Amino acid sequence: MVTTDPTQLMERLDKPAAPRRTSLDDSRGYRIFRVVNVVVLLGVVAVTLYPFVNIVAQSFSSELYIRTGQVNLFPRGFNLDTYKLVAADPVFWNSYLNTVIYTVTATAISIVLTTIYAYVLSKHRLKGRNLLIGIAVFTMFFNGGLIPNYVLVSGLGMTNTIWAVVLPNAISVFNLLVMKAFFESLPAELEEAAAIDGLNTYGILLKIVLPLSKAVLATMILFYAVANWNSWFQAFIYFDRSELFPVTVYLRNMIAGASSATAVGAVESNALAISANIKAVTMVLTVLPIVVVYPFIQRYFVSGVMLGAVKQ
Amino acid sequence: MTTQIGEPATEAAPNKSKKVPKDPKPPRYKNTWRKAWKRDWQLYTLVIVPLLFFLVFRYLPMLGNVIAFRRFVPGGSIYGESWVGLRYVKLFISDPNFWEVFGNTLVLGALTLLFCFPLPIILALLLNEVRSRYFKRFVQTVSYLPHFLSIVIVAGMVMQLTSLDGTVNQIIKAFDGNAISFIQEPSWFRTIYVSSEVWQTVGWGTILYLAALTTIDSQLYEAARIDGANRWQQTWHVTLPGIRPTMITLLILNVGTFMAVGFEKVLLLYNPLTYPTADVVSTYLYRVGLVSNNFSYAAAIGLFESIIGLTLVLSANAISRRTVGTSLW
Repeated sequence: MVTTDPTQLMERLDKPAAPRRTSLDDSRGYRIFRVVNVVVLLGVVAVTLYPFVNIVAQSFSSELYIRTGQVNLFPRGFNLDTYKLVAADPVFWNSYLNTVIYTVTATAISIVLTTIYAYVLSKHRLKGRNLLIGIAVFTMFFNGGLIPNYVLVSGLGMTNTIWAVVLPNAISVFNLLVMKAFFESLPAELEEAAAIDGLNTYGILLKIVLPLSKAVLATMILFYAVANWNSWFQAFIYFDRSELFPVTVYLRNMIAGASSATAVGAVESNALAISANIKAVTMVLTVLPIVVVYPFIQRYFVSGVMLGAVKQ
Repeated sequence: MTTQIGEPATEAAPNKSKKVPKDPKPPRYKNTWRKAWKRDWQLYTLVIVPLLFFLVFRYLPMLGNVIAFRRFVPGGSIYGESWVGLRYVKLFISDPNFWEVFGNTLVLGALTLLFCFPLPIILALLLNEVRSRYFKRFVQTVSYLPHFLSIVIVAGMVMQLTSLDGTVNQIIKAFDGNAISFIQEPSWFRTIYVSSEVWQTVGWGTILYLAALTTIDSQLYEAARIDGANRWQQTWHVTLPGIRPTMITLLILNVGTFMAVGFEKVLLLYNPLTYPTADVVSTYLYRVGLVSNNFSYAAAIGLFESIIGLTLVLSANAISRRTVGTSLW
């Protein structure tokens, strides 16, 4: 039986693995270990958070202090000028808007396609079901590769259109299997009753199944939305008009120059001149929506992953 | 708990059909597909659009690999113009650049596996020993965060931290060392790549292990303690065997992506100066194909890479099924 309730899954993660504590058997060595353990885990936390702190500190600092390597944990020469500068840049906001448009469109398409395919796959009685599952799962382990994909998408005339970023990765097989597992866990009696009441398959899906699936739909929307928000490579290879770039490509072009002493191309050589605090501000603004909603959505992600992988 | 990511080969018995009363005759129709269509045509119509997605965006590109054996003209047919046989395959086999990037891919893949596979296990075991529920949740929440970042942001952070005026060089200078231009040093690329990979994946990688840990029967620990096992022995003899199925599943999956080492991250972090260690098969074929427009040549390399990837998953799966009885499907 697959547990599908996110709260239950989270509780499973939260509870101590097995109640095997009795302070009597705590040897001195184990007590020392526990102290060391806390120190190590705090170290993990510090190392994980440091790059974020550093970027935020840089975004509020003045260029001079960054160039002379004086900005680590705290801003030096505190100012909001860089934020004002970036906020006044129409190109930045245009890319930001593009990212929002691509994310919303792609997520909508993905969720519809994934839901209906997963629903069909969850019907064990369906003839040809294993073939349909095989068609999807095989693509997890073998794919056409970069070049044939590129040739196909250009051949379909999608270059420089939104379709190039929203269609080619519309269904994630992992998400598909998560949803399938969820639908399989719904009690079959509900649908049988609805069928007796005269609802057809479409009606059952829309009126019975989907209202029961809000939690998993929310999880899937988050999975897709974050992936789309973060994606850059599709846009990078299929768009050559800069007014179409999402913010990730905008940022990529900004930082690309820094890595390359022998930078080639106009964008790259401009990037050399872009100061560190502007890069920092752009990074902070790009990552901000994710970090702000993260504490609220994290548990959905965790339960989604477990839904996909845990079968008890 | 068994960890199941692929599809189990044997499905549970089919659910009882909900429209049973409709077929009173038990003997099967000769044409069972017609019967299936009659019963489930609405489901079959639903499946059309997603199926089209898979056929167009997943299976057509697989067929598109024929351009590895055909002359391809940009703007012409996506399946090329005329057969050239194994010309492009021979070309890359005799291309010293190809073997250099192939070697780099193996090294980078092996290092990633070496660090990114065991570290989440260790972190999960450490988290498992934490008694304060709130502290545990806090560490988990923080350590998952990097997983949600765009690879572009990660690359940006890496560059800021390793730049001449970045934090890493400040630490070096504090110890009287000379600043190193890390991002332009071939000898540092692998370290940078693997450590940023660990930074981004280690926390998230603990989820499945933590889930597996909760399913271990506490009586096993009880029994071990009665037998005189200390904490370390309990971990070694009870905990680790308990999460072994999860470990093997994830190991198979990791091996499967061995060849596809973080293409996007390498693309963002490397530059001509670091090509000697940083250039991998996928970035090489990207440059050959999309930058220099040698589509057929790049497709031949890509096909080779995909076949190796598939072979790796299948063999890892077969080996684990034979030796430990756990497999993906």
